[in-house]
Amino acid sequence: MENQISFFSSFGLNDVFFMAEAAYRTLLISVVSISIGTVIGGIFGWMLFEGRISATILLGPILDVFRSVPLIIQLVLFYNFAPIIGFDLDAFESGLVILTLYTAALVANVVRGGIASVGEPMRRAARSLGMNYWQDLRYVVFPIGVRAIFPSWVGVALGVLKDSALVSVLGYVELLRASQILMTRTQEPLLIIAVAGAFYFALSYPISRFSASFERKWSQ
Amino acid sequence: MFDYNFHWRPVLKSLPDLLEASLVTLQVAVLSMIIGIVIGLFLSVLKLKARGPLKWFATCWIELARNTPALFQLFFFGFGLGALGIHLTPFFIVLAGLSFNNAGYLAENFRGGFNAIPETQLKAARSLGMTLWHAYTRILVPQVLRIVYYPMTNQFVWAVLMSSLGMLVGFRELSGETQFFASKTYRIFEYFAAAAIIYYIMVKLILFISKLLATRLFRY
Repeated sequence: MENQISFFSSFGLNDVFFMAEAAYRTLLISVVSISIGTVIGGIFGWMLFEGRISATILLGPILDVFRSVPLIIQLVLFYNFAPIIGFDLDAFESGLVILTLYTAALVANVVRGGIASVGEPMRRAARSLGMNYWQDLRYVVFPIGVRAIFPSWVGVALGVLKDSALVSVLGYVELLRASQILMTRTQEPLLIIAVAGAFYFALSYPISRFSASFERKWSQ
Repeated sequence: MFDYNFHWRPVLKSLPDLLEASLVTLQVAVLSMIIGIVIGLFLSVLKLKARGPLKWFATCWIELARNTPALFQLFFFGFGLGALGIHLTPFFIVLAGLSFNNAGYLAENFRGGFNAIPETQLKAARSLGMTLWHAYTRILVPQVLRIVYYPMTNQFVWAVLMSSLGMLVGFRELSGETQFFASKTYRIFEYFAAAAIIYYIMVKLILFISKLLATRLFRY
C-alpha cells in the first residue's frame, strides 16, 4: 500500500493565511456596518430624544424589533425577503444591511441615553449664552454626551464584531465559516477552533481593554 | 416585481409544533440562566477575593466568554469537545455554550454588585459568628441579586435570543424547528417570519413579567 491516497491533509501555514484572510473579511463587514450603523443610529437616537409622539410611536417599536428578534432570524429573513421585493443581494450585502440596521437600533438607544445624560440646566445655560439649538447640540451636548456613551458604544461595536460570525449562515466566508471549511478538510477541529478563537480574541480583547482604560481616565 | 406568492397555510398548520419548540427554547434559556448565575457568582467572588491560579482561572473564563462570539463557544462545545472524544447531544451543546457565556457576562455584573455593598457588612456578619459561607449566602448574595436584577433580565433575554444558534448545531428549539419546517416545505420566508413574531412576543412577555416581579420583589 505505497500509493495510499488520503482525503485529508493536515493543517499548514497556508491555512493560517486562509484564516487571516477570513479574519479580514470579518473585520471588513463589521467595520463598515458599525460605521454606517453608528451614523444612522446617532440620527435615530436624536430623533428618539427630540421627537415627541411621532418618533416614540413609529421609530421606537421598529428599532425594538431589531433588538428582540435573534440576529440569525433577521439575517435569514432578510436574505429571503430581498429577492421578493426585487433586490438581488448576495450574502455580504444582505449581511451588511442587517448588521447596519442592528447596529443602528442598538446605537440609537445608547445615543438617546447619552443626550438625556446632559442635564437640562447645562442646555438652558448654553441657550441663554446666545447659542442656537444646533450650536448647543454641537458644542455642548456632543462633547459631554460622547464621553458618557463611549464605553457602551464600544460594547455595542464589540457585540456587532462578534455577531458578524452569524453572517456565515448566509454563506459569507468569514472567520467562523473558514474554520468550519478547514475543519471538514483537515479533521482537526480542536486546533482550528482554537486558532479561530485566538483570532477573535485578538480582535476584541485589545479594544475592550483600551475602552476600559479610557473610561478610567475620563472618570477621574 | 412582486411575483412571489405567500403561502401561510403550512405555517399555520405547524404552528403548534413551533409553539412547543419555543417552550424548549425557554427551557434551555432558563436552565442556562440558573447555571450561569451560580457559576457567575463563584467567578465574581474568585475574581474579587482569590489570588493565584483561582483568580487567573476566573479571569480567563470571563474574558473568553466576553471576547469571543457565542457561536464560537457553541462550536467549541460541539466540535472541539467532540475531538477529545466527548460527544454531547445538541441539547447539552447549547446548554453548555449558553451557560458558559451567561456565567462570564453575569460575573462582571455581579462584580459590580459586590463592589456596591460596603465592606463592613461582611465584617459585621463575620463578627456575629456567621461562617464565611453563611455571610455570603445570607447577607451578600441576596443584596447583589437585587442590585443586578435588571442586568440579569437583560441577560435572560440575551440567552433566549442566543439559543437560536442551536439551529446551527442541530438542536430543535424554535429556530431549529423553524429551519426544519422551512427546508421541508421551501417556505423559508413565511416560516422565519413566524419565528420572528414568536421570538418578539416571547421577549416582550419576559420583560413584562420581570417588571411585574420587580414590583413585587422591591416593595420595600
